[in-house]
Amino acid sequence: MTTRTTSRAAVITAAGLLLTACGSSDGGSGQAGPPSFEGRGPITYVAGKDTTGTVQPMLDRWNAAHPKEKVTFIQLPTDADAQRQQMIQNAETKSDAYTVLSLDVVWTSEFAAHRWIDRLPDKRFPLGKMLKPVVETARYRGGLYAVPASSDGGMLYYRTDLLKKAGVAAPPRTWDEMTAACAEVRKLPEAKGMSCYAGQFQKYEGLTVNFAEAVNSAGGTVADAAGKPDVDTPEARKGLDFLVRSFRDGTIPKKAITYQEEDGRQAFQSGKVLFLRNWPYVYSLAQKSGVKGKFAVAPLPGLNGPGSSSLGGHNMAVSTTAKNKATALDFIEFMTNEKNTRTLLEDASVAPPYAALYDDRQLIGQYPYLPVLKESIVRAVPRPRVVPYGDVTAAVQQEAYAALNGDKNSAQALRDLQKALSKAVAR
Amino acid sequence: MTEAPAQSEAPTPAGPPVRRGRASAGAGRLAALLVSPTLLVLTVVVLYPTLMALKESLYGAKGLDPATGFISDTEPFVGLGNYAEIFGDAGARFWNAFWNTTFFTVVTVGLETVIGVAMALIMHKAFKGRGLVRAGILVPWAVPTAISGLLWRWIFNSDGVANALLGQQILWTTEGVHAKVAVIVAEVWKTAPFIGLLVLAGLQVIPTEVYEAARMDGARAARRFWHITLPLVKPALLVAVLFRCMDALRMFDLPYILVGAQKHSVETLSMLAQNEASNVRFGPASAYAVILFLYVFLIALAFVRLLGADLVGGGRAGRRRRTEVTA
Repeated sequence: MTTRTTSRAAVITAAGLLLTACGSSDGGSGQAGPPSFEGRGPITYVAGKDTTGTVQPMLDRWNAAHPKEKVTFIQLPTDADAQRQQMIQNAETKSDAYTVLSLDVVWTSEFAAHRWIDRLPDKRFPLGKMLKPVVETARYRGGLYAVPASSDGGMLYYRTDLLKKAGVAAPPRTWDEMTAACAEVRKLPEAKGMSCYAGQFQKYEGLTVNFAEAVNSAGGTVADAAGKPDVDTPEARKGLDFLVRSFRDGTIPKKAITYQEEDGRQAFQSGKVLFLRNWPYVYSLAQKSGVKGKFAVAPLPGLNGPGSSSLGGHNMAVSTTAKNKATALDFIEFMTNEKNTRTLLEDASVAPPYAALYDDRQLIGQYPYLPVLKESIVRAVPRPRVVPYGDVTAAVQQEAYAALNGDKNSAQALRDLQKALSKAVAR
Repeated sequence: MTEAPAQSEAPTPAGPPVRRGRASAGAGRLAALLVSPTLLVLTVVVLYPTLMALKESLYGAKGLDPATGFISDTEPFVGLGNYAEIFGDAGARFWNAFWNTTFFTVVTVGLETVIGVAMALIMHKAFKGRGLVRAGILVPWAVPTAISGLLWRWIFNSDGVANALLGQQILWTTEGVHAKVAVIVAEVWKTAPFIGLLVLAGLQVIPTEVYEAARMDGARAARRFWHITLPLVKPALLVAVLFRCMDALRMFDLPYILVGAQKHSVETLSMLAQNEASNVRFGPASAYAVILFLYVFLIALAFVRLLGADLVGGGRAGRRRRTEVTA
């Protein structure tokens, strides 16, 4: 008898588990009302792995000053997708494990629309001293949902030694000037076998960045400020055509279709590429390579003048389901203040959101590219600020890749892209 | 994974252990008691998630309220809408992934079987440095798939070793047949040792007398292989192949890391499910997962039925056959 009861009990327990589990997964009406930033106490700071070792000392300083509001650093994987996934998991399970999130600039809309992060009071933060395009990345529908902590912009790396030898006085400001400079340099014996230009054209986020830059630099847009796609335009076509044509006539080497940031950097450092579109991190690495002292940076070229970069960087936000939000706000203020972003720039070459730091003599001495980077960021256009960013970037990669490969002509690609983007945004 | 549903059906009727016959009612009860923890664990970790995935697949993605700009809190019930979408609008992408998955499974498992058996035969031979060879063959299997994906990405880089050896300029990670080839090479490199390992275990239980007898009868090496080795390792080999098939049908990390996301030449069903889930559409993601589950389940079933893979019987048939041969 006992055994039978036990076996039946086992079955019932299993069934019970099933039912309770079903029940709990349905819950979640979401919180309502304006966020109130109350409560003080220990919090967590969640960001990708800190490979430079500069974050923890900063937290130590905060912890020393606020013994009752200690911050614990939760490091997520280096891979951005994995970070996003873990943050979403934390939000979907309504956990209070994560308090302050370090978000990639392109996630703001998605996190805000899902109410995974709180709307923040504008007046608390010195947004006026920050570069305008950078602050824009932290807004969703006009509301501030995050505070810029770092930025990033694309720059044109070029070989000063070769340009000088070929008699080209200044770095190119337009695509035509760039091709002309290339033609001159290629006549030199030491430029034998060199390619003209490279960027990031593998089918990944880097392609979205490079495509958007080409389109914006020709006066087009991918999506307007409200997130409405508007890419099937003559301007956008001129931008895409530049890339397509460059691939076809060999201005961009064929194998650049597989390039990510690092591949392009290697090619530039080993003297295979004359012009390279890349991020500021390349600068100090190239200074340690064979092209040391033989290169400089310039703003990205465009169709009729300097082009516009896409924006990188991170913003800090408060998780909706977190506790001790008053501490969280103070902590964000601390992490994003001018002093700490300066430290990050000095120690880890992270581009700051503050305009003044780019004009600082001492810092320019350390990082000669700062004035160019500032120009790049000021003229930058953020990548489409839409809620389903994952779908949008996938559609951009899909069509841009098809056009660069020659599977579609650029007119067709842009028509299809407009259709795909409209569908993604309407979903 | 696939055997589980068949097993977890058992607990619902109260009596099966008793009906088995011979055993007394008391023994039956004891059996039920002893098995119940396992069943409980299986229910919690296998049956429950499967049912939840089924349920979730009937719900759509959360919608955006255009007035407030916020995503709604609840997922709308769409019935079979997700499935209709998969076979309708998203049909081209789905069937492409379906064929890729099937193609990869057939080709990689086929190659792995041939190479794996060859490896096992080599590892089985007694010769100097055998330990080293065995360890060497097993290294790829010990490498995590994600790491081997990164490793092969370097090899298949445009300036990588593969191109240097071939003396060609093939862009392996672009769309096309070459991307498929890259995935197949990396996959076979990594998992052939697995088949080799299981077959080696099968080889080691074949008594040497069988071979001696065959040699006495004048059977040549090829004949000994076809008529003694293969039939006797067949149970082990089939289990290995079945496991590999299931693994290959779920293939995700290798094409994702080696070639990249959203490349049509190598997109598999798992990648479609991951793509939906990463865009916070858990309903459609579950629908893809359910379809993949059914596909894997059918293949496994067909395997057991058609080829008589002896998964449940504990090798009884194998032993019988072995006695026949010895006799």
